[in-house]
Amino acid sequence: MKKIDRRGFIKLAGLGGGIVFASSLSRGFGLNALGSVVDYANAKVENDFYFVQLSDTHWGFAGPKVNPDAEGTLKKAVQAVNSLAEQPDFIVFTGDLTHTTDDVQVRKDRMSQFKDIVGELKVPTVHFMAGEHDASLDRGEAYQEAFGKLNYTFDHKSVHFIVLDNVSDPGAIVGESQLNWLKADLKQQKADARIVVLTHRPLFDLYPDWDWATKDGAAVIDALMPQKNVTVFYGHIHQENHHMTGHIAHHSAKSLMFPLPAPGSVPKKAPIPWDATTPYKGLGLRSIEAEPKQAKYEIKELNVTGG
Amino acid sequence: MLLEDELMRRKKRFLITGVLLASALLSGLGIYIKASALPAETVIHITAKNFEFSPDSITLKKGEPVVFEISSGDRKHGFNLRAFGVRSDVLPGKVSRVRFTPDKTGKFTFSCDVFCGEGHEEMTGTVVVTE
Repeated sequence: MKKIDRRGFIKLAGLGGGIVFASSLSRGFGLNALGSVVDYANAKVENDFYFVQLSDTHWGFAGPKVNPDAEGTLKKAVQAVNSLAEQPDFIVFTGDLTHTTDDVQVRKDRMSQFKDIVGELKVPTVHFMAGEHDASLDRGEAYQEAFGKLNYTFDHKSVHFIVLDNVSDPGAIVGESQLNWLKADLKQQKADARIVVLTHRPLFDLYPDWDWATKDGAAVIDALMPQKNVTVFYGHIHQENHHMTGHIAHHSAKSLMFPLPAPGSVPKKAPIPWDATTPYKGLGLRSIEAEPKQAKYEIKELNVTGG
Repeated sequence: MLLEDELMRRKKRFLITGVLLASALLSGLGIYIKASALPAETVIHITAKNFEFSPDSITLKKGEPVVFEISSGDRKHGFNLRAFGVRSDVLPGKVSRVRFTPDKTGKFTFSCDVFCGEGHEEMTGTVVVTE
């Protein structure tokens, strides 16, 4: 595959239907044209970095009318990320790595296959989190065997990342114990600390009738609210969505298996069928340029093929 | 003197007992009258199984109380009719009962809110409330 730099990657993604989205933690968010892409070579400031978010890969899903390339889409995304001349500092997978199954052995096999595929990523640091498809039927047992903890924190260049589990309880809750863990962690942070929350389900009531909510998400948001600089990146809804709860921005990512309709736009939620005239439409990944000094995050939505 | 006191105490006890008995009778009658005035509850049985609710479309009348008796035919599910604040876990081998009186008309979605497997996302139904 031909090498492409980050800017070239974004341009190619743009030709393939991707869009560019800029998000500022302190100033809310707004859409930018492709022409407003930052010139990374000139604008890079010390401590700025970028990471890539991939989500809802649903490895093991089979449905030719929804995605006839179910076994190839994730691999294409891995190749696309590997083709970036400047590699991200790390990669995050925000849940539903695998498609659910009642068969415990098949679940484990899917996780193992998924790990083999993403093991091809050149970037050495990859942070995983679970989705309900990975973890709700066995309360995260197989997931933890394969990927480790369900909730954890990590720090990168003055940004504090908090991974929250709102899926291993099949009732879609974070739970009191984890909530206390979160509060204890936040106590260690300064009020103006740069905090990024990574999770699977939306923490706010996006559309509860479609299971697009976390039952005790309001308690999580309440706990985060005293912090001045918080941004949430999540998955689950298989499409972009940008929402503010007070000063906290919430950004959902596209899926790498099938897109879903806009919240409440159809009577019954179901995957959007594959359109052969625009293959991979609605699927994608994103890069997130973090500028910790300004507490600013610039999101660029990328097409899955990357050219 | 002692005999007169004893007689007075007995009269008082008799009077108090009578008053209490009469109150209890009247109160019971009140409850009975009140209960008789309430419209009868409609009982609707719902089964959750294999990622479907059966029935998945229910028509109700506004102002008429209803009881949903929900059972699972396979595994743990949830029943959530958010528009009326009605929810319950639905466990195998157990009947979950939820009571409510629709106070608005329209079409409302109910769904399984406990992740149950591959068809969980499609496990929904509709309540239609008419005048």
